[in-house]
Amino acid sequence: MTVYLLCFILFLVGLYGVITRRNLVKIVISLSVMEFSVFLFLALIGYVHHGEAPIVDPASPDAIYVDPLPQAMVLTAIVIGLATTAMLMSVIIRIYRKYRTLDIREINNLRG
Amino acid sequence: MNSLIPLFVAVPLAGAFLTMILARYLKNINKYIGLLVMLMLAAMSLIAITTARGDISVCKVGGWEPVNGIPIGIYMVLDNFTALLLCIINIVGFLSIVYSLTYISRYTSESNYYALFCLMVAGMNGVVLSGDLFNIFVFLEIAAISSYALVAFGVEKEQLEATFKYQVLGGLASLLILFGIGLIYWKAKTLNIADVKAAMGSSPDKVHYMLIQLLFLCGFGLKAAVIPFHAWLPDAHSSAPSPISAMLSGVLIKAVGIYVLIRIFFNMFLISNEIAVLITTLGALSMVIGVFLAIGQWDIKRLLAYHSISQMGYVILSVGMGMILLARGTNPEIASLAIAGGLFHLINHAAFKSLLFLNAGAIEYRTGTRNLKEMGGLARYMPATSATSFIASMSISGIPPFNGFFSKLIIIIAAVMGKFYLLALIAVIVSIITLASFLKFQRYAFYNKEHAGEQRNLKEVPFPMVFSMVVLGILCVILSLVAIPQVRDIVLTPAINVLTDPQVYTSTILGI
Amino acid sequence: MKGMTIIVKKTTQLIAGIVFLYGIYVIVHGHLSPGGGFAGGVIIAGSFILLILANGSDFINLTREETGTTITENLAILFFLLISLAGMLLGAKIFFNNWLPAGKVGELISAGVIPLYNIFVGIEVAASILTIFLALVIFKEEITK
Repeated sequence: MTVYLLCFILFLVGLYGVITRRNLVKIVISLSVMEFSVFLFLALIGYVHHGEAPIVDPASPDAIYVDPLPQAMVLTAIVIGLATTAMLMSVIIRIYRKYRTLDIREINNLRG
Repeated sequence: MNSLIPLFVAVPLAGAFLTMILARYLKNINKYIGLLVMLMLAAMSLIAITTARGDISVCKVGGWEPVNGIPIGIYMVLDNFTALLLCIINIVGFLSIVYSLTYISRYTSESNYYALFCLMVAGMNGVVLSGDLFNIFVFLEIAAISSYALVAFGVEKEQLEATFKYQVLGGLASLLILFGIGLIYWKAKTLNIADVKAAMGSSPDKVHYMLIQLLFLCGFGLKAAVIPFHAWLPDAHSSAPSPISAMLSGVLIKAVGIYVLIRIFFNMFLISNEIAVLITTLGALSMVIGVFLAIGQWDIKRLLAYHSISQMGYVILSVGMGMILLARGTNPEIASLAIAGGLFHLINHAAFKSLLFLNAGAIEYRTGTRNLKEMGGLARYMPATSATSFIASMSISGIPPFNGFFSKLIIIIAAVMGKFYLLALIAVIVSIITLASFLKFQRYAFYNKEHAGEQRNLKEVPFPMVFSMVVLGILCVILSLVAIPQVRDIVLTPAINVLTDPQVYTSTILGI
Repeated sequence: MKGMTIIVKKTTQLIAGIVFLYGIYVIVHGHLSPGGGFAGGVIIAGSFILLILANGSDFINLTREETGTTITENLAILFFLLISLAGMLLGAKIFFNNWLPAGKVGELISAGVIPLYNIFVGIEVAASILTIFLALVIFKEEITK
């Protein structure tokens, strides 16, 4: 149970970062921390005690494997996370070019 | 139809990638590919809704047959509710792309626009067709990431700021959803919606179950911009290019937000009274707060964006009322009437809100401003825009004989019959405030005296833009016909049956 | 973008080829061992990024390379889609049908079309990561200009 709690604490650390940080890049880093805490959680729920990596070996048909599905999910989610992060970083570069700052307090054209 | 379901996703994907290659060598090919793809999809979705007739067709991707009754592959499911959403997505998408033909030529790198548009449509079609949770997540991200890029398409200051906000909140939503999916897999060891229902149905772990429901409510609520999670919507929807605003407001928040909420809360979870009350409260809150935030706006597109929140509140409210009535189990007829009102309003909102955003785009195209105070007297110069926007404004405010009237009437009747008198009263009041807000829009934009001291050279927008607006205007009138029982039996009733009777969905997909 | 010192250049020239080959190894053994298209594609993209970072490249070259990677990426994903649609149009009429003979478990040429999918995913991932990298570098170059 402890590992799941640690995972959840990591999630909260990321959330804290997203809410309190002022720098755009740090917000993205915090978002990534949250993302990886979720990936960790997904990898954990697939764990089977004394399980091996899920590669079928014809020699030993009744070996115990860990659940491969969460691992596939994590891989897919990592790819998606890569796309999101790349997209965010390119937007940040564009923002820096227009506003000449990365401070979120000074980027406030839209309100109301 | 069964084996052709994947084409809804494959065709726009192929269109997107072909555009990216061919547009470097052939001029204007991007427009033809975009038009062709969307025309094909619109035709396919019309075929789908007329042939569905209450059946649920399942496509097993990769041909993976279930083992011991447990589905192991990816399922794509086409039922009437899905077909309804497919129609909305692809028809509004087609009209938006027709509108874009001239509108988007002001921007550079048009081919990227068409490619991203096709990707977004592919993502939304995938979301509504998926039969399992993880696929919903993947397609939702495809739609979301391409919409992030499309919001920032103009790369001006406001657009970049809006897209950053949108991406951070959207990313947060995706993580909450993924977390919920993980929790479901932990307990149910399956991700197929029907199978989760079967696995968790009989004796769910109460706390765990509640946590998952709250996570999904927050995640998809963020995507659908229900009121405490609405911060990104007015910025993102008002900054995007107008056809994209029409797609985002008219389609995206429904396909990835409301649709998934309805689907999982009706067909996957057991309907519980607590969650139903929570959903109804959220709906009522978005309805009221959205309209009050809208009334003070002078920027047309921000005004329309806040009204999107408010109108989505109607949909969530009526679906929530249906859930409460179903949870009590006393009068299922009124429950299905409430859900019918919600779904009908969903369709109608797609028609009139995309029309209003296209009107706003047309005004911006000719006058170069979005501020209501700087307009006036446009009715003389832009008759088609003025007429269609009048239809849409009356429709959204619920004036007969336009479609918005009938859906709001059904919602209010259902609320009264279900003894939610307060909610019925709120719905009527919000509708009146909406009318006031749109009368202001009409007066300042089209009928006020002309803005003094400006030499104007205004005329009607080019033909493709007029075409889309007129078609949507006609749709606004025609959709009233769905209130007639014969039409409703084809379009609406089978979709409601899918929701009110989740057992059929589960047993059909699991093949029991 | 300027290159780095001669030591870095020589070292990367020695290493890049090996990294590239390792990426190909990971891709083609995707159906037999952990790894596959995504992991191998990232490794291949890494070898190219090493070379570009070490040797430097001017603005025009960067944009030309970016065009190339974009087209490669889109072609790869189109082929992927074609293979999956071929399963739908030929024979069994199932999307993502595995229409090639399965072979024996554990051999390099087995598992039907899955190695083909892996190869195209590998090309796609390598090209797209390189595109992202080049796009970010081009952004930076535009700022400093």
